[in-house]
Amino acid sequence: MSKIERQGLTRRALLARSVAAGALVVTGAGFLAAPDAAWAMEVSVISEHQMATLIQMARDIYPHDRIADQFYAIAVKGYDADDKKALVEEGVAALDAAAQAAGHADYISMGWEEDRVSILQAMEDSGFFQTVRGGLVTGLYNQKDVWPIFGYEGESFSKGGYIERGFDDINWL
Amino acid sequence: MVAKFDLTDDSVVVVIGTGAGGGVVSNELAQKGVKVVALEAGGRYLPEDYINDEWESFGQLAWTDPRTTSGDWRVAKDFSGLPAWIVKAVGGTTIHWAGASLRFQDHEWKAKTTYGEIEGANLLDWPIDAEEMAPWYDKAEAKLGVTRTGDRAGLPGNNNFKVLEKGAKALGYEEVHTGRMAINSADYDDRMACQQTGFCFQGCKWGAKWSAAYTDIPRGEATGNLEVRDHAHVARILHDDSGKVTGVEYFDKDGNLQMQKARIVCVAGNSFESPRLLLNSASEMFPNGLANSSDQVGRNYMRHMTGSVYAVFDKPVRMWRGTTMAGIVRDEARHDPSRGFVGGYELETLSLGIPFMAAFLNPGAWGRSFTSALDSYENMAGLWIVGEDMPQATNRVTLSDVKDQWGLPVANVNFSDHPNDVAMRNHAYAQGEAIYNAVGATRTFPTPPYPSTHNLGTNRMSEKPEDGVCNKWGQTHDIANLFISDGSQFTTGAAENPTLTIVALAIRQADFIAREMAAGNI
Repeated sequence: MSKIERQGLTRRALLARSVAAGALVVTGAGFLAAPDAAWAMEVSVISEHQMATLIQMARDIYPHDRIADQFYAIAVKGYDADDKKALVEEGVAALDAAAQAAGHADYISMGWEEDRVSILQAMEDSGFFQTVRGGLVTGLYNQKDVWPIFGYEGESFSKGGYIERGFDDINWL
Repeated sequence: MVAKFDLTDDSVVVVIGTGAGGGVVSNELAQKGVKVVALEAGGRYLPEDYINDEWESFGQLAWTDPRTTSGDWRVAKDFSGLPAWIVKAVGGTTIHWAGASLRFQDHEWKAKTTYGEIEGANLLDWPIDAEEMAPWYDKAEAKLGVTRTGDRAGLPGNNNFKVLEKGAKALGYEEVHTGRMAINSADYDDRMACQQTGFCFQGCKWGAKWSAAYTDIPRGEATGNLEVRDHAHVARILHDDSGKVTGVEYFDKDGNLQMQKARIVCVAGNSFESPRLLLNSASEMFPNGLANSSDQVGRNYMRHMTGSVYAVFDKPVRMWRGTTMAGIVRDEARHDPSRGFVGGYELETLSLGIPFMAAFLNPGAWGRSFTSALDSYENMAGLWIVGEDMPQATNRVTLSDVKDQWGLPVANVNFSDHPNDVAMRNHAYAQGEAIYNAVGATRTFPTPPYPSTHNLGTNRMSEKPEDGVCNKWGQTHDIANLFISDGSQFTTGAAENPTLTIVALAIRQADFIAREMAAGNI
């Protein structure tokens, strides 16, 4: 098999996996994008596959069905960095190895969240998992654009507080 | 006219720390004509500087210099470098505090007498009592403008309170109201009324909540008797051959070591930094640290028995709107050993924004059990549990092997729950859950303690010198011109949020110091 064919297979495989995971399309060297082209991101240090895996892992750690992939992507985009490369390579390889041991092509091609979560649970104490999970606590939940999805209104001082805007408006008690 | 005192002026009182203890004692002394130099490790921030964003505000205000932890408390695992959530700024933690201002119950001044011998607990009676403290509480409540005291009305109840009130009354609880709060329900003492903005923990941008940062500090400065030096980190308290303290060494804002002479030194750096400073001031004459002949410096660290209960309902609550802690159930604060523990606890409304809820609801948790709770954030109500914890000799602040940016050993905080603390917390979780279930909660969350905000007891007050560090005035037993002016002087913690008592003790201490100075005794 030629190098080009391998690359082609790899790309097709990646596309297939993206569909399986319902999340991402790898559109070309260094790019990931949403299937509906709502957003895209570029990676320069780690691979598209590694970034796609991180995004899926982030969603599996803190799954919110009403939060779009782009917010998870923002939360993990800092791993596309020289000083994170080794951590990501090793971590994603471990995820894929565990997936393969369970009969799947790799982590992101596992169709069920429960199956992916069982792999994460087995590596819960690893430095890779704890680093990614810990970073998400602020990386995901401190994004102001995420707050309205939870109904959280953020600061109210600029609007004069809630004294005339419903601090006591509960009506179902 | 802001005073400026010379480093060699040995007539000044040096106050270390500017929070509820140090800020108040500084102003009270200045009002009486006593010259004061207040040294504050943090910077100066006023309401216009406060940031209504949880993490950004934390970065602005919180004490994040290194500390280490040990013991079996969960904070040591989840937040090993952050045992406390307190403030490093002029005004100290009075910027962050929620404003709950409750007097001790009478029996809580006499915990050992009331509770008897409790195995593993290093209980002691305070050398003062409710009757002696009553007039000082009156002054403290007037200073802070505490609602439901004097002729001050209560705050209106927000959504989170209404849920708590309905559930508590359904359970038969009777003392349920919007609290005694140092947050104005009407304009008072040049501070405006609460605008129900939330973010009480991030500094009140309206100034409706009392904070030393914009009351006692500037008023003290206006007398011309108080100089506040910010970014001044005290390294060591110095003494002479007679054993009297003579001044302090501190790193100024440029990192230069300075020495300020003093007639009297008041230590008010909160319950980690105050004992740390006494221990770091060890000398040939005092090899175990200053004022430590009892070996009690750093011991008996108390943090209140805390925890939270959050609950999710089928309809919105929007608990973050309005005054964060204006809601209380007091019925369980009584001492009633039939519940399986001594002492009692308060239940107070609490909310966190999404960023802090994600960090504190169940630290380390992940997966759908956790995220589905956050998905219901808008429908969530919450309360905080604050109860009396047992002083234990082994719960203590010691010097760590880790050093800070000045090369000084940092505080290690060792804490493990006493069985009484555990029994009380479990009782409180059950009652909190019952309150919310009574109004139709679909899910409840017994949430573990956060990094400590109520840090108490590490330089405790005692009748006898061998039992504690300071006497009934906060004056150290060993050194007559060295005072403890913060919550570290607490003999026991009681069930109530401590700030009002810290302020009352500080007013009383300033009165004592001024009298003793005038009499030439110190």
